[in-house]
Amino acid sequence: MQVSITDSDSNLVTDESRASAALPIGKRASTARWISYILAIYVVVLALEFFVFNRNWHWDTVFSYMFSQQIMIGLGNTILLTIFSCVLGLIFGIMAVWARLSNLWVLRTAAGLYIWVVRATPLLVILLMIFFLGALVPTLGIGLPFLEPLVETPTNQVITRFTAAVLGLSLYLGGKSAEVLRSGVISIDSGQFEACKALGISQFNAYLRIIGPQIIRVITPSMANELITMFKNTSLVSVIGFAELLTTVELIYSRNFKTIPLLMVAVLWYLVLTSLAMYGQARLEKRFGRGFNRRVGLSPAVEQQATEMVVLDEQTETQTSRGEGR
Amino acid sequence: MNQAQVATRIPTEETLQRPILELVGIQKHFGSFHALKDVNLSVQAGSVTCIVGPSGSGKSTLLRSINMLEAIDGGAIYFKGEMIGQEVVRRRRVPVSARKARQQVLNFGMVFQGFNLFPNLTAQENVMVGPRLVRGTDKRQAAERAALLLDSVGLKNKGANYPSELSGGQKQRVAIARALAMDPEILLFDEPTSALDPELVGEVLAVMKELAERGSTMIIVTHEMKFARDVADEVIMMADGQIVERGLASTIFTNPRTERARSFFSSISKQ
Ligand SMILES: Nc1ncnc2c1ncn2[C@@H]1O[C@H](COP(=O)(O)OP(=O)(O)O)[C@@H](O)[C@H]1O
Ligand SMILES: [Mg+2]
Repeated sequence: MQVSITDSDSNLVTDESRASAALPIGKRASTARWISYILAIYVVVLALEFFVFNRNWHWDTVFSYMFSQQIMIGLGNTILLTIFSCVLGLIFGIMAVWARLSNLWVLRTAAGLYIWVVRATPLLVILLMIFFLGALVPTLGIGLPFLEPLVETPTNQVITRFTAAVLGLSLYLGGKSAEVLRSGVISIDSGQFEACKALGISQFNAYLRIIGPQIIRVITPSMANELITMFKNTSLVSVIGFAELLTTVELIYSRNFKTIPLLMVAVLWYLVLTSLAMYGQARLEKRFGRGFNRRVGLSPAVEQQATEMVVLDEQTETQTSRGEGR
Repeated sequence: MNQAQVATRIPTEETLQRPILELVGIQKHFGSFHALKDVNLSVQAGSVTCIVGPSGSGKSTLLRSINMLEAIDGGAIYFKGEMIGQEVVRRRRVPVSARKARQQVLNFGMVFQGFNLFPNLTAQENVMVGPRLVRGTDKRQAAERAALLLDSVGLKNKGANYPSELSGGQKQRVAIARALAMDPEILLFDEPTSALDPELVGEVLAVMKELAERGSTMIIVTHEMKFARDVADEVIMMADGQIVERGLASTIFTNPRTERARSFFSSISKQ
């Protein structure tokens, strides 16, 4: 039997309906969409009233302080603290997860204890304990237990407000990020490790070049969460009197009592910095998603180009620029 | 295609006389489970050995032991007369250092049932990464060699594609090229076509057949009886962690000596 799609003998489809096949396909009018628009307008108007027409915000005060020297110094301290603590914290985290997954039980146990303690102790307590370490051990030294140390310095010389803040924050982040990293490692298929082994690739190189990028892809969202939390946690160091952004703000409003406008200055800066962090996260996700995010919506010509064999040194360049287009 | 750069070595008179690989009394336990029970096997350079047998009989475990992905707990493996995986230190036999293990594993190229390609690298980068990281080959050279190897497995235009953009058969051919890139002396295949759609099996077997014809030493776990008959020099049948029958490819399928082999071959030929 011959079957043809254009065969219209049946007359089941009316001429009118047939003609409408040529019409373009638009969006369907939906009540829900209209309600959502009305609600959005309502909320925007409310927000305008709340933020713009309420004079108690004292926006002029906010903007006069926004870029003042004192705030800039506080902001700089916050950024410095964040960078130092993130770098050191991630180093602690990598060391901890490496020890945790080691086949030496001494290392495993040590890492387990560290992660356990960090998870159990509030950051505030960690910060205070480190800052007041001098009360516990008056001098720091290197040597054997119960014997004269080889080198020795007074604790209070090493533990300044800044080092206490960095140490506290990074020890905390180290414990938390170790768990995030471990979740990344166990998400990788064992076949990946076996393929590396079968090729004779050392464990270090395997993690650095092959498994690592796959882990980063998996953990980016939760790691970004930890880092942003940690960035906001820098405000906790005001308990040990380190003058970062929030401490600076508190100092100012305790003198002039413009509490709300000054808190707003801090909030605005935290918004700016968090946006930067989230932009970084998006870039990371794109970069390390290569090979996972299928290329969609490419025209056949581009597909063709993409499948062309690239032999030359420009290879990586072409790939990254293509990666960004994805 | 550049034969000289792709081909593995041609067997000489000398290498043909002595086995390139010898397994002596291999034992392997997983906890209390006895997975390999006194396995003895010798493989001549340039020969193709097919291993068949029911699921769970220890075929993968045997290949993985040769490749040091599993540590054996008895017996010994000799490559060109030298014990691999273990060494004698102060009259005690101990596993070799991680560094030495990495050297020894270079004698083997492994192709896995599940491909195990690196998903974050393109096909070409997958083939390049071994020589780059292990031998320190420079990038341009590694890329050119990878292009040749991909060409030799029929994937000339797929170098820039990620594994997720390739079919199963293409993935497995990239995996073969990746193994070849390290110039292994022996190629190990663990059911290379079992994860493939039936219409994709042929393209992978064709590449393997070409390798065999070029004189590569290969040990292949497979259920493809026709392929085994065509390509294998020797066929080994395993059951319950033991080798229960071995013979020439031409006779073992038609004239199995043991009842066990007979029922196994008839069960798979019915499929
Ligand atoms: N890592 C492991 N732990 C415990 N048992 C295992 C492990 N690997 C394999 N086995 C067992 O060893 C036996 C042989 O497995 P395998 O070599 O994979 O068989 P085959 O490849 O012939 O199907 C099976 O019974 C399997 O359950
Ligand atoms: Mg198997």
